[in-house]
Amino acid sequence: MAERSSSLAWRRSPLVWPVVGLAALVVLNVVLSPTFLRISVIDGHLYGLPIDILNQGARGMLLALGMTLVIATGGVDLSVGSIMAVAGAVAAVLLSHASISLPVVLMAAVGAGVLVGLANGTLVAGLGIQPIVATLILMVAGRGASQLISDGQVIIIKNSAFGFLGNGFVFGLPFAPLLVIALYLVANFVLRRTAAGLFIEAVGDNEMAGRFAGLAAARVKAMVYVVSGFCAAIAGLLATSNVRAADSYRVGENQELDAIFAVVVGGTALTGGRFLLMGAFVGALLLQTLTTTMYNLGVPPAVAPVPKALVILLVCLLQSEHARRWFKGLVTRSRS
Amino acid sequence: MKAGLQRQLPLVTTAGIFALLFATAGFMYAGFFSGRVLVNILGDTASLGITAVGMTLVIFAGGIDLSVGAVIGFTSIFCATMIEQHGWHPATAALAALAIGAALGAMMGTLIQKFKLPAFLITLAGMFLARGSAYWISTESTGIKHPLYDRLSQFEFPLGGDLGLPLTSVLLLAVLMIGYVLAHHTRFGRNLLAIGGNEQSAVLMGLPVASTKIVVYTLNSVFAVIAGLVGILYTGSGNPSLGIGLELDAIAVVVIGGTLLSGGRGHMLGTLLGILVFGTIQSAMLFDGRLNSWWIRIVVGSLLLVFILLQRALARGGRRA
Repeated sequence: MAERSSSLAWRRSPLVWPVVGLAALVVLNVVLSPTFLRISVIDGHLYGLPIDILNQGARGMLLALGMTLVIATGGVDLSVGSIMAVAGAVAAVLLSHASISLPVVLMAAVGAGVLVGLANGTLVAGLGIQPIVATLILMVAGRGASQLISDGQVIIIKNSAFGFLGNGFVFGLPFAPLLVIALYLVANFVLRRTAAGLFIEAVGDNEMAGRFAGLAAARVKAMVYVVSGFCAAIAGLLATSNVRAADSYRVGENQELDAIFAVVVGGTALTGGRFLLMGAFVGALLLQTLTTTMYNLGVPPAVAPVPKALVILLVCLLQSEHARRWFKGLVTRSRS
Repeated sequence: MKAGLQRQLPLVTTAGIFALLFATAGFMYAGFFSGRVLVNILGDTASLGITAVGMTLVIFAGGIDLSVGAVIGFTSIFCATMIEQHGWHPATAALAALAIGAALGAMMGTLIQKFKLPAFLITLAGMFLARGSAYWISTESTGIKHPLYDRLSQFEFPLGGDLGLPLTSVLLLAVLMIGYVLAHHTRFGRNLLAIGGNEQSAVLMGLPVASTKIVVYTLNSVFAVIAGLVGILYTGSGNPSLGIGLELDAIAVVVIGGTLLSGGRGHMLGTLLGILVFGTIQSAMLFDGRLNSWWIRIVVGSLLLVFILLQRALARGGRRA
């Protein structure tokens, strides 16, 4: 990635827009409330709005990581919100049995997410079902399954070690974003230092050409859904741990949309064929900052989708060749 | 003959599944085999059904619209607030909602068509916009007390005996009829299927692709507003969170009805059968009482899977033939 972006002028780098957007939001916030960037140390832990944004944004970043890879293959994963609920429900139910140790619980919850991801991958790669439909099935059925697992109840979690995932601090920093950043680094290493990233882009760019070049296209495709399921399961654990309760109705609701949004804002094209891991990270951060900004402005949380929608539309228009050409035509016409 | 039968196979399968489900439920639960239950199914699924009719048309053209559930919520709270707090006549409020819906649909259609943007992303933005605006108007649900609503909700179309069809079901059947005629007896419907089959060919054939696509999204939003108005009649109140997740149920109903999600093939009668299947499952759950509401999600998900696999098999068989 480094080689490629240095060969482009910085202005053409797809990362510029999300970074500019993020910077603009931060400036707006600082103007609105000068204390926005203030970070204080309480009990050796860092507190402040930027830390909050990182902590609350961690789940979105994680979903965006998996979603980036899925979108890079030309697919989309609508089931991530439901996978979050499944993982949360599995963890909560198992934790209510005192005899099961925490590592086993965590592995079972992540395993459940990977299993749903594998089902997605089988439907898409094995049976050739359109990704939007295949993951829609798991989105609908997965939500039902999570309610089945938790018996439709909101399960309160008393285990304090589990609470560490979403609320703990390491060296004064919140644990969740640290975990997510570590996963991003691992993913970046695996994808860019091995051929894995290239395989994914090849499948998204031209699957048939990839297959002719000897690529196990189906396996690559199935794999990205498994990774997405893995990420979603961890995000579900973070969400469940953060509020110390598994609510299978609300956990992960509309999260799939936010994840897609973060990826698209981050400069990964929905048509597949290339991906920007850093872009997804910045995109998710931008989204969380936007949410915090709206709290700052006193916008009720329920109304928050309106500005979000306007940002999506703007980003789509900026990315569309057709829109650019149309605007250019408009400008030249008005000049002559 | 064989090809014709094969093309109708999804429709026949859905009809078979509906008959099977209804019969099973009838044997399992006393009193399920009755006209009253059938009437109730049509009443309970009126909002969903009307949305599914519009969705069928959009999917015919190879598109998708995720904003419909949010449009229902917006319509519901918009009308309630205008009537209760601003003293509008219900008809004025309904017309205004229809105009807003049409404008939203036209805007989404134009963006999708003119700038070649992915439909699911644009309608996702439309969903955020409509749902957010609904909560902007009010986050609380509002009861509607207006003599016109009392009269409308008491209306029943007599079916003989003590059975009567409530206005919501009458509206559902009317919209289904309109959808059927539009889809299968007009040039517009044929254009939709042609676009869904192969947009490039449709353009080369000189069909009005751009206007047809914009019109179908507009029409779909208008149907969603009608579904919202039906929702007001059904619940007697305006609720900004009405219709959350309904877009997915609508898509499921369309697919269960045998319409190809990639566009170009399908039948409006299938959507009617899809609604009946969905409604039967819902009623059976209510009758049972032991089964919880989440089972409907699992069953609908499984049905979706079965139908999509069936479509795959048919498409493959068709290619070989």
